[in-house]
Amino acid sequence: MNPNDIQVTDDIVAEHGLTLAEYARVIELIGRKPNFTELGLFSAAWNEHCSYKSSKVWLKTLPTTGPKVIHGPGENAGVVDIGDGQAVVFKMESHNHPSYIEPFQGAATGVGGILRDVFTMGARPVANMNALRFGAPDHPRTRHLVAGVVAGIGGYGNCIGVPTIGGETNFHASYNGNCLVNAMTVGIVQTDRIFTSAATGIGNPVVYVGSKTGRDGIHGATMASNVFGEGTDEKRPTVQVGDPFTEKLLLEACLELMAEDAILSIQDMGAAGLTSSSVEMAAKGGLGIELDLDKVPTREAGMTSYELMLSESQERMLMILDPRRADRARAVFEKWGLDFAIIGKTTDTGRIVLRHQGRIDCDLPLGALADEAPLYNRPYETPPLPPAIAAFDKKVDPGQALLHLMGSPDLCSRRWIWEQYDHMVMADTIQRPGGDAGVVRIHGTTKGLAITTDVTPRYVAADAVTGGAQAVAEAFRNLCAVGAEPLAVTDCLNFGNPQNPQVMGQIVGAIQGIGDACRALDMPVVSGNVSLYNQTGELAIQPTPAIGAVGLLADIDRMATLGFKAADDVILLIGTTKGHMGQSLYLREIAAQEAGPPPPVDLAAERRHGEFVRGLIREGRLSAVHDCADGGLLVALAEMALAGDRGAEISTPLDEADKTAFLFGEDQARYLICAKPDFAEAVLAEAEAQHIPCTRLGRTTDRTGRLTIDGFRPISLAELRSAHEGWLPGFMAAKPQ
Amino acid sequence: MKAAVIVFPGSNCDRDIADALAKICGMQPHMVWHKDQDLPEGLDLIVLPGGFSHGDYLRSGAIAAQAPVMRAVKSRAEAGCAVLGICNGFQILTEAGLLPGGLMRNAGLKFICRDVWLKVDAADTIYTRSYGSDAVIRIPVAHHDGNYTADERTLDKLEAEGRIAFRYTDPEGNIADTANPNGSARSIAGVLSANRRILGLMPHPERLIDPIQGGTDGRPMFNSLMEAFA
Repeated sequence: MNPNDIQVTDDIVAEHGLTLAEYARVIELIGRKPNFTELGLFSAAWNEHCSYKSSKVWLKTLPTTGPKVIHGPGENAGVVDIGDGQAVVFKMESHNHPSYIEPFQGAATGVGGILRDVFTMGARPVANMNALRFGAPDHPRTRHLVAGVVAGIGGYGNCIGVPTIGGETNFHASYNGNCLVNAMTVGIVQTDRIFTSAATGIGNPVVYVGSKTGRDGIHGATMASNVFGEGTDEKRPTVQVGDPFTEKLLLEACLELMAEDAILSIQDMGAAGLTSSSVEMAAKGGLGIELDLDKVPTREAGMTSYELMLSESQERMLMILDPRRADRARAVFEKWGLDFAIIGKTTDTGRIVLRHQGRIDCDLPLGALADEAPLYNRPYETPPLPPAIAAFDKKVDPGQALLHLMGSPDLCSRRWIWEQYDHMVMADTIQRPGGDAGVVRIHGTTKGLAITTDVTPRYVAADAVTGGAQAVAEAFRNLCAVGAEPLAVTDCLNFGNPQNPQVMGQIVGAIQGIGDACRALDMPVVSGNVSLYNQTGELAIQPTPAIGAVGLLADIDRMATLGFKAADDVILLIGTTKGHMGQSLYLREIAAQEAGPPPPVDLAAERRHGEFVRGLIREGRLSAVHDCADGGLLVALAEMALAGDRGAEISTPLDEADKTAFLFGEDQARYLICAKPDFAEAVLAEAEAQHIPCTRLGRTTDRTGRLTIDGFRPISLAELRSAHEGWLPGFMAAKPQ
Repeated sequence: MKAAVIVFPGSNCDRDIADALAKICGMQPHMVWHKDQDLPEGLDLIVLPGGFSHGDYLRSGAIAAQAPVMRAVKSRAEAGCAVLGICNGFQILTEAGLLPGGLMRNAGLKFICRDVWLKVDAADTIYTRSYGSDAVIRIPVAHHDGNYTADERTLDKLEAEGRIAFRYTDPEGNIADTANPNGSARSIAGVLSANRRILGLMPHPERLIDPIQGGTDGRPMFNSLMEAFA
């Protein structure tokens, strides 16, 4: 069948997600009407997901360079030097829309896609992370989505054999119609063997490797650039199907060939499949490309050029090979049982030409596809301020409040999730899920990589600039809390419909906040992804600019963990506590208010406090460290007690009326640290000398199993543990209402 | 000591076990591709590593059990060579008929990755001698299909012949349903062949051999092997 027999009408243009103005621009650029296949290519290259047309003007304001940055945004993943001839390669990416439609495969292929982005660059993936957001627990779809997404992430990562070492999960009604699945992969590469995507050389073979192409996922990226409405379930065929076994073979085959000088450039086929990979490679190299689509390995007969170019079948790669090494390359891929097909060649024409069944089905200037996508500076407004905090009962017993919080959906243990992920394969996991950051040893060395994902969407919703900065600050804090030197971040920016000026205002504000924090904390943004249109009808998600951050531990023997280690260690609080209750979980969960401004972020204090704590860890002077985040100081203390199975006694410096705010306020730039008494004295003195706020709170106790706060009824650790561990398994085991 | 690790397509603990052998036993094992017909001469030990051979898209281990190299593994096993199957390797050994029984989907139906407690039931083997009798150890599991099953006669026979190498227990060494992570019959975590030279187990001793990993209870297995083949 000749797809170009289909006439391109206004309706067909609209179905391809292009506006009539954008279509007019296409005609202007190529000097004629595109045929159906060509329209498909424009639709794939110009959609929001691939072109960043609504966000690019703002993304350009982010800091992306630094002395250790080898590759920033624009490659498949960011690359940062970690010394000794090695670099860390990482990126976080969303797979939101597919995961809502088909949670298992949507999440699985999200993991598969981000893994490919990392090993495409020559890196062996060493860790996966994820950031998940689901609707309210009482929403009828939530349980199904949690079960499917978690099984999908595990199913893919476990099989390919890359440990999933942590992440974050939140529940909120704004995600009822749009869950978020953000997957991050971190890999390690030799700095002299980094592979990039720009095609080089004229007449070099263009090689397709991996799985065969089927009709799955056609227009996936276009689907992911739209608001959900009625009929979302009919979009299931646009979700791809993952095959982690084939990806494992592809990983090993690619790394085996990458050890030799055969591959000139390489790009994985992700969103918009063969279209985006071939267009990006040729355009980046300033070349042209000709493909003979009859040579593409297919798993179904009768696929048209349109379908071949737009399929999002998984586990595929496109490479430009050194022609002298093509036979060797074929042997490697055939050893691993993978398809290997020379499907075209590089040219000097600056055009993409597609031949199929004796016809030329497409002949377009690459620049029009790659560089001329429309850019929008969309109108934006500062979103309205949240309501002021109404009076609430401050006399709630802190033990009761803590018990409630520790067993609430956003603070309960995520064990039910991470026990379904193989977090130990590769035998280098040295900090398992549940701590401030996951840590893997750099294989064969005594160095480590610490990894965290963070954002507090309710803060961003209340004040996008502060919320954006807080996400970076918390990531920085989580890395410092294990003793790692923060290196760089990847961002995964999830928002609603950018054509709504208030949503656009959230995007603009959050990017400003992220940029401010990244500059202040010396953490450049080296890779990222934008996911817009996370919206169902008029209801947009809470703005969720997730930050994935990576830090370096110079010596893994000097790594901190959060559990109390011994009795009679002194517990110190680093940072200033004003008792900020706005947007706190206490306010939401105990006082039933989502109100007030988020806690202010003092980036200079974050930096000084983080560096101070990191220095103490490096000197080996601390027995336990934990940052104060969601839920505030008392929640942090409880998490330390549960992790170490030891109690604590603390006293609060404020008078009774303010104790709630002291214990549950979410002031930033704070850490709880523990040290032996003689060390603690030295720490207090040193903090004073450096003008770091440092308060003695109390001491750890033996296994008496209690948290004691002056003047209140002691809190039983057993009760806390039962509430903390019980909520998620109980929720998942319960029958839907 | 001379060892080989078989690499199947989809194996993903092959490097981990090779590292453990190098680190503790001081030897680099031969890495043997599943399509090879022959094994190196003079092997003391063959390891079938963990992973998802052929994606486990059929029954776990069923396709790998038919790999060309498995004929050589069987003939070496018959000649008395030690064969260790961990996780997917255990599944392959049962599918290949080198060990009795089979591994079904976990009773809870979910993949499980966590530390479990094991009691060393058979301490008189080349794998377990360094643990001592009735030792209780902590080792991680990571599997979807670890639910050991066999008919009652086989289970009775395994018990009578002392061929249950490890059982899942609580930290005090007591057998209990709550301490059995996957529903395995009689809490069996590892079994031995009749000649006690073949061991299959679901837990991963190679993952806990260094304090930085959170424990060292995997180490004595490699110490035992090193002593056996010194």
